[in-house]
Amino acid sequence: MSSRESRISDEEINELISKLQALLPESRRPSTSRASASKLLKETCSYIKSLRREVDDLSDRLSDLLATMDSNSPQAEIIRSLLRS
Amino acid sequence: MNRKNSNKSRNPNKPTLAFYFLRALACINKKTSMASYNQRSGTIKRAAYASMALAAGPKRAWSRAVLCRVLWWGSSRLHGFPTRRRPRAFFHRRVRVADPKLREPSKADVLRRLVPGAKAMDLSRLLEETAHYIQYLRAQVLLMQNVVGSVSD
Repeated sequence: MSSRESRISDEEINELISKLQALLPESRRPSTSRASASKLLKETCSYIKSLRREVDDLSDRLSDLLATMDSNSPQAEIIRSLLRS
Repeated sequence: MNRKNSNKSRNPNKPTLAFYFLRALACINKKTSMASYNQRSGTIKRAAYASMALAAGPKRAWSRAVLCRVLWWGSSRLHGFPTRRRPRAFFHRRVRVADPKLREPSKADVLRRLVPGAKAMDLSRLLEETAHYIQYLRAQVLLMQNVVGSVSD
């Protein structure tokens, strides 16, 4: 496996770069079309971290909401969410 | 080396995601013994990752790794095992102080640490896993935002 990685062709590098760019949402993509792989990797890492932070924050908020919810509304909320998604 | 990149298998199945997560939420809501806010928040977070991994299926390294961690966490709490071990760090926001003696990890290594189950992957496979993981993370965040929106109505 290591021998494969030591000889990455230019074509493969370009493919990896375009793959990385496709992963990021529009707002996070670098403005220049020829962004470096290193910058894209960094941006991908920060994007994943921010998504995980979002999950954390949303879990906190849901925990708050569940505490204040009465027993009847979970069913309604379930049905509503399923219909929406 | 070129794998068939089927984009169809990559798109998260939103109803499935919603089903697993909402089912977990309903269970969590029923358990009145979970009094502390921190406990419930942590449980919801684990439920989010677990339902994400269940919806993704066992074919991905990240989904398998996440499910292993959740199951490990659940069983260790159930049996009263001490939970001061490395997998716990995934679910807790612990800040690690970098050892200045170690060399700075490459960006690919940082990515390998962020994506579960990707520690020993070569670059192209790592990117595939990352793509899949990001898709599901995004879908999960949207789902949770929807749920918060509908509950706070």
